[in-house]
Amino acid sequence: MSDLTDLTLAEARDGLRAKQFSAVELTSAHVQAVEQARALNAYVLETPEKALAMAAASDVRIAAGEAGPLEGLPLGVKDLFCTEGVRTTACSRILGEFIPGYESTVTARLWADGAVMLGKLSNDEFAMGSSNETSCFGPVTSPWRRDGSDAAIVPGGSSGGSSAAVAAKLCLAATATDTGGSIRQPAAYTGTVGVKPTYGRCSRWGIIAYASSLDQAGPIARTVQDAAIMLKSMAGLDLKDTTSFDALVPDFEAAVKRGVKGLTIGIPKEYRAPGMSAEIDALWERGAQWLRDAGANVVEVSLPHTQYALAAYYIIAPAEASSNLARYDGVRYGARVEGRDIASMYENTRAAGFGREVKRRIMTGTYVLSAGYYDAYYVRAQKVRALIKRDFDAAFANGVDAILTPTTPSAAFGLGEKIEADPVEMYLSDIFTVTVNLAGLPGISVPAGLDGQGLPLGLQLIGKPFDEETLFAAGQVIEQAAGRFAPAASWWR
Amino acid sequence: MSVDATTVRRIAHLSRIAVSDGDVPHLEGEMNSILSFVEQLGQVDVSGVAPLTSAMAMTMRLRADEVTDGGDAAKVVANAPLTEDNFFLVPKVVE
Repeated sequence: MSDLTDLTLAEARDGLRAKQFSAVELTSAHVQAVEQARALNAYVLETPEKALAMAAASDVRIAAGEAGPLEGLPLGVKDLFCTEGVRTTACSRILGEFIPGYESTVTARLWADGAVMLGKLSNDEFAMGSSNETSCFGPVTSPWRRDGSDAAIVPGGSSGGSSAAVAAKLCLAATATDTGGSIRQPAAYTGTVGVKPTYGRCSRWGIIAYASSLDQAGPIARTVQDAAIMLKSMAGLDLKDTTSFDALVPDFEAAVKRGVKGLTIGIPKEYRAPGMSAEIDALWERGAQWLRDAGANVVEVSLPHTQYALAAYYIIAPAEASSNLARYDGVRYGARVEGRDIASMYENTRAAGFGREVKRRIMTGTYVLSAGYYDAYYVRAQKVRALIKRDFDAAFANGVDAILTPTTPSAAFGLGEKIEADPVEMYLSDIFTVTVNLAGLPGISVPAGLDGQGLPLGLQLIGKPFDEETLFAAGQVIEQAAGRFAPAASWWR
Repeated sequence: MSVDATTVRRIAHLSRIAVSDGDVPHLEGEMNSILSFVEQLGQVDVSGVAPLTSAMAMTMRLRADEVTDGGDAAKVVANAPLTEDNFFLVPKVVE
């Protein structure tokens, strides 16, 4: 039998159903792959015993004819999702050895559908970062390398453990979260598929909060079909999250084969940012042509406020973060650093527990919310956010079904290349993805080619609220035309 | 707008993050870099625009006012650094 980790999630599911192998065999193969890939630092906690026990239970259910939609399929979980009895840290020292007494709704749904947990995956501390270099467990290395080079490349962020693990076949798929691009950017950097669903599609309950009006959970997988299967299980109304939306969860997998014949795809002219590389421009045009060839009508659209999205994001997200992260006070969880009084205990605890990027964002957020600056910064950013959403509403009202853009302005950069630079430099890698979070829309990143140095590049499709189905249909057209991409060699073994 | 060293210290205190003298210059530089980046929002005409606080228009769900959870005191304090009889312990606040 060939290596079971080479299977897609759909193939593994079908193989289990056909009893070609057992869930324990499938999980064992992944547990071994995880052990052999510690050089990538993708997992911050491996749970092999739990995985094998869950797989054994899956085999019992398969034998009894009671298999769930994800029965026996081994997955990785971003360390932002609380997992009952399993250490959850958001990759921050301030949570220390936090062991949740509850399970996030999204992961609970996956386990209820039969999935198996392999362990917890690294992310940028509190999901604040674009390269997975701010994790307190150290950076994750991408399985990808530039042609003829062994220099370490970032897997993107904040879901860099998820993207690296999926690309390196250390799980069939992974959960991730996206506040400004944290699913789609790492997916683009690693040749994987990442879906940020419509705001409210997946419950945020039990997911460690960064910026609550922007955060959404979604999958990273190796194919569009696999991502569709994952999202079906992750999504749905949850009364424990007041922003969870009561919308029908369609059969996303069925939408994958729907095609794009007769659909109108918009190309936003404002995304042709000054200084965009010819390579990205060519990839984008190729993507548009693939959709045209498949029967879509491609038109130019205008999203005039796009250029202000990143600035609005870097006010709104830190503002929400400064409020959300106020709970880390050294009283209820994590490590405490004593002080001369309660205020200095808080200050010392937070100084020791938070990393640099997190401190920077909390302080920026505190500043823009402070007396005298609230209207000039925060309220103005929320108004610009309204205009950004209005741009999308207008495009969709004019008959556009989905919008095609590059996912990132370039391929992944090298480890250490940007982390020491001006923070704004790092923020620019999210320039094409943040608008989607600000407007609450669904987005998908699909691998579409390699750059001149052999690193993957992705195309992004943006959809109408709760119309992820069109994204899966159009994403599949791109995947079929572009082919799939995997790192050339398993150098980390 | 930009921040100076005094403002950085004030913001750090509001954020309840202790900063050393050595931290202040680089925090000042980084915050000013971010603030000058977001300055461009001043160019946008926002007259008559209502601020958007929720990406999806939704009405808050209401539920019956009844106890749905609780009785888990030991579980609630399980991760706390210092507890006594299922209470969180903090430094003395009131003399």
